[in-house]
Amino acid sequence: MADLPEFLGSAEPPCRWLRTIVANRGTDTELGANTAPLAPRLEVRGLECVRADSLVFSALSFTVQGGEILQILGANGSGKTSLLRILSGLSQPTEGEFSWRGKGTAKDLQAWQRELLYVGHVAGVTATLSVSENLRYALALSGRCARLSLPEAIARVGLPGYAAVLAGRLSAGQRQRVALARLLLIPAAVWLLDEPLTALDPSGKILLEAMLRQHAQVGGLALVVTHQTLDIPAPYLRSLQLVSPEPL
Amino acid sequence: MTPALAILRRECLRLLRRSSQLVQPLIFFSLIAILFPFALGQQTELLRQTGPAAVWLSVLLATTLSLEDIFRSDFEDGSLEQCIITLDALPLACAMKSLAHWLTCLVPLIGMALLMSFVYDLTPDARRALISALLLGTPVFSLVGTVASALTVGVRGGALLMALLILPLYIPVLIFGASAVHHATLGLPTLGEHYFLAGLAVLAATLAPFATAAGLRARLS
Repeated sequence: MADLPEFLGSAEPPCRWLRTIVANRGTDTELGANTAPLAPRLEVRGLECVRADSLVFSALSFTVQGGEILQILGANGSGKTSLLRILSGLSQPTEGEFSWRGKGTAKDLQAWQRELLYVGHVAGVTATLSVSENLRYALALSGRCARLSLPEAIARVGLPGYAAVLAGRLSAGQRQRVALARLLLIPAAVWLLDEPLTALDPSGKILLEAMLRQHAQVGGLALVVTHQTLDIPAPYLRSLQLVSPEPL
Repeated sequence: MTPALAILRRECLRLLRRSSQLVQPLIFFSLIAILFPFALGQQTELLRQTGPAAVWLSVLLATTLSLEDIFRSDFEDGSLEQCIITLDALPLACAMKSLAHWLTCLVPLIGMALLMSFVYDLTPDARRALISALLLGTPVFSLVGTVASALTVGVRGGALLMALLILPLYIPVLIFGASAVHHATLGLPTLGEHYFLAGLAVLAATLAPFATAAGLRARLS
């Protein structure tokens, strides 16, 4: 059980979502089947993205396993954001597919989406709600059980005392920190982070690196789009360089 | 809390905290409804006859004004993306959005319409018919409006496009709603119109959330 995320390790799963996963694993071991299909593993095969009639990337294939942080690099316009949007299920690839835990996501996209958290260019934080209302809403929306208490999550991202403050009064960096609190609060095996460091200060970068390290240590995986060097030890960190195709 | 309840609670909080969003349609409604008598002259009988139509048109225009905000700020701050990725049942979320819009925008408008029915000196029967027809017809405004709002979210100049999309779709409600009040004024039965409005509301409640969800997915892909 050492490779399981900490939220899967408890003997008595507190909510339905966790119970399903633990039950799935149980059945799998009982049948003595190959455990590989259920291992957290994202496999991308021959992905192609066409946007506004021009080819962004094609024949993109890679595999990310649990415990790996994949840093996605590439020039502007090389399709880093498009890749994350396709993987999150927001847009459709023109070609190719990807599978999660050995199952193609084309058939059951929601099973995959239930296990991922996405932080996009904009933080996904509502200005007219307070920090804690935002987080409580995100948690209720996901239908999962919190990994730690709300005040704890808010304190860990460096916003203690801001719980009741309307998010509209926060700076861009602070709002980004609220998005990070969502990652801490909601259990998910996969994190898709699109430029998470843009508005963050150096201490925020250190916080995110610590979170990513911990996420990898408990067996989660993450795809991070950023141009900055991430201070994460080599066995966890891999990188993927997207190259723009030559314009025709 | 279930996702659906959480969405409803959040929507109501969000809309109620932006007081301008809440008050603007009300003031807009009152202004239009008050402008009609200025244009029509002071004959009480004429006002009594045109009043229902004026109130319905004012509600319709004020609703159109308020639709843009259903998805716009969610689109801008990224919470719409989160919603689409996280939720298994997006149509349910869309239905909750419509419900929240109806509760925070149209219910106050119906209250204002009651006030306006005194301005137009409607008979008690006509007043009752106006309010009951509005209660049945305005959910259609919210539900169909949510579809149009989803289709135009993030479009530059979306407000005008939305008005073009939405106003023709409101015609059936306007016909039955206004004729219910007109018949009540004449002392005729209005059950037929009410049934038609209820039927339209059920049709909209069944189809609109799915159309909204499909529209959102298409807009954000």
